[in-house]
Amino acid sequence: MADDSINKGRRRFLTASTAVIGGAGLIITAIPFVETWLPSARAQAAGSPITVDISKIEKGQMVRYGWRKQPIFVINRTPEQLQWLPKQDPRLRDPHSNEPQQPSYCKNGHRSIKPEWMVLIGICTHLGCVPDYKKKVGPEPFDPDWKGGFYCPCHHSRYDMAARVYDGVPAPLNMVVPPYHFVDDTHIQIGVDPKGAA
Amino acid sequence: MGAFTQWFNERAPGLGAVYKKHMTEYYAPKNFNVMYYFGSLAMLVLVNQIVTGIFLAMFYTPTAAGAFDSVQYIMRDVNWGWLVRYMHTTGASMFFIVIYLHMFRGLMYGSFKKPRELVWLIGMLIFLVLMAEAFMGYVLPWGNMSFWGAKVIITLFSAVPWFGHTLVTWIMGTFVPGDPTLNRFFALHVVALPLVLLLLVVLHLGALHEVGSNNPDGVEIKKHKNPKGIPLDGIAFHPYYTLKDLVGVGVFLIICAVIIFFAPSVGGFFLEHDNSIPANDLVTPATIKPVWYFSPFYAILRMIPSKGLGVLALAASIVALFLVPWLDRGGVKSIRYRGLGYKIALAIFAIVFFLLGCIGADLTPGWIVSIFGPNADITTIENLFGRILVILYFAFFVFLWVYTFFGFERTRPVPERVTTHA
Ligand code: HEM
Ligand code: FES
Repeated sequence: MADDSINKGRRRFLTASTAVIGGAGLIITAIPFVETWLPSARAQAAGSPITVDISKIEKGQMVRYGWRKQPIFVINRTPEQLQWLPKQDPRLRDPHSNEPQQPSYCKNGHRSIKPEWMVLIGICTHLGCVPDYKKKVGPEPFDPDWKGGFYCPCHHSRYDMAARVYDGVPAPLNMVVPPYHFVDDTHIQIGVDPKGAA
Repeated sequence: MGAFTQWFNERAPGLGAVYKKHMTEYYAPKNFNVMYYFGSLAMLVLVNQIVTGIFLAMFYTPTAAGAFDSVQYIMRDVNWGWLVRYMHTTGASMFFIVIYLHMFRGLMYGSFKKPRELVWLIGMLIFLVLMAEAFMGYVLPWGNMSFWGAKVIITLFSAVPWFGHTLVTWIMGTFVPGDPTLNRFFALHVVALPLVLLLLVVLHLGALHEVGSNNPDGVEIKKHKNPKGIPLDGIAFHPYYTLKDLVGVGVFLIICAVIIFFAPSVGGFFLEHDNSIPANDLVTPATIKPVWYFSPFYAILRMIPSKGLGVLALAASIVALFLVPWLDRGGVKSIRYRGLGYKIALAIFAIVFFLLGCIGADLTPGWIVSIFGPNADITTIENLFGRILVILYFAFFVFLWVYTFFGFERTRPVPERVTTHA
């Protein structure tokens, strides 16, 4: 018995349900492929704390280390450099370090554990370049009233001697201070908080 | 018809029809000028990139440890390796020259307007994919500029709210660009994006041939047809335009050969000095600047003193181009018959684009010193100049809409037929 009439409702239901089930299947299949791009176990394993000897760093000098493939700057700040810090406050975007760009034990005027020792991840918070350490005080092409600090060559962001960002530059935040502690007077371990601090 | 042709056509009946539709029986306006060379030249460069790219891939090593050395190996040890590589690097820059002129032609003659909006949209998609393709290709030699360029561009995505940082890590596959980044960029650059590009070019031409080409007069040739249905002002693409395009190809290849053989780096514009130093994840090059063809967009990013807004403006500068067919409400297509306002605005737009490129390419500090003396405050002057340019860039699109939507444009009469003298 041939019935040539077409059941449109049923046809539409079958088309729609096939499309939905097929689409869901496609999305589920896509997930593993998308997730292959996340850091692999090997990439995640790279990165344990480092301990550095700071006894040879002279006053005003900066030394770079590598940690988790990121540049770590350690600077032995001079009293003059420290003395400029509070005077920069009006020109800065976040002078009191209210943004969580440092561990709580470094949320202070000098953004460090000991005032003279500045430890930071030397990565510009704009788009990730490594700023230059420009310690010379005096007029610079990028700032006629330069008091020393960090200057990013990529898009001309500027930071003061505590790596606090100046107002009116592309970088939005102060540079990051990593977790660290003093093992003894001449050694810093980067990647581990001081005992008792969170 | 030869016996073989007949045998073939009986088994693949569609192919002959496709050939006719797009070649011998595709009627293009007879008044094409120089600006109409760049579509076929873009196809030529695309073929060049694919062929030279395949050969480069035979000698290149996509690992952070081996990439830089393998490029040096291609340049020094592989027979004719330098030629293959210079053809590829010169091709990349020529691609953008050709494409920018091709797009500018569209703006001049209103080729983006009804009924060719889709041709323009697919073209803009091609432009986006081309930018991604060029960016990833630039990362592959793993020079220091490759590395830092990759880092800066990928970090742009951290401006996305909520999951920006996850997105950045997802793209890199590590916490700083490394092997995983290089491997996936290689796969995308040599396999995925070229396939997408080819598909888009087919769609671009398919969409164009459906509605027919525009021309420097901006008149529709399909309005006047002979009794056989062939446009009176149309000539068959093959053999007339294939031969004409061949002349363009000849001139173009001479220019390319001069560059490849005499000045392959074009003073650091086509190939950059800092990229002949291996990638170093602890030292940023003294000045970071993108390859010249990205520099106008990069300047827009740099001139805005806020990361979120900067990235937004960068995205908007490209999105605005997508919207041109709907921003421009004017009825007249070709610049020949449009109001004076449009002519001036388009000229300013082109100059602004060029000057933004100069800022992005870091040419302005030198100019400022020579104009204002060595003690000039470069940053302030550059920012002022650059921000005016950014405003003018966007002002073009606003002007275009206001000018045409409220009927301020005073157009000249458009001829019925094309105005060629031949
Ligand atoms: C791989 C890149 C591209 C290739 C191979 C390509 C190829 C072509 C070809 C062969 C033509 C016909 C010949 C001509 O009018 O010059 C054409 C026309 C056209 N293209 Fe492209 N194109 C590319 C990218 C673009 C881009 C980025 C845009 C702009 C967004 C664009 C917009 C147009 C428009 C509007 C037309 C019609 C022009 C007219 O009829 O006046 N194309 N394209
Ligand atoms: S990355 Fe430092 S200013 Fe842009």
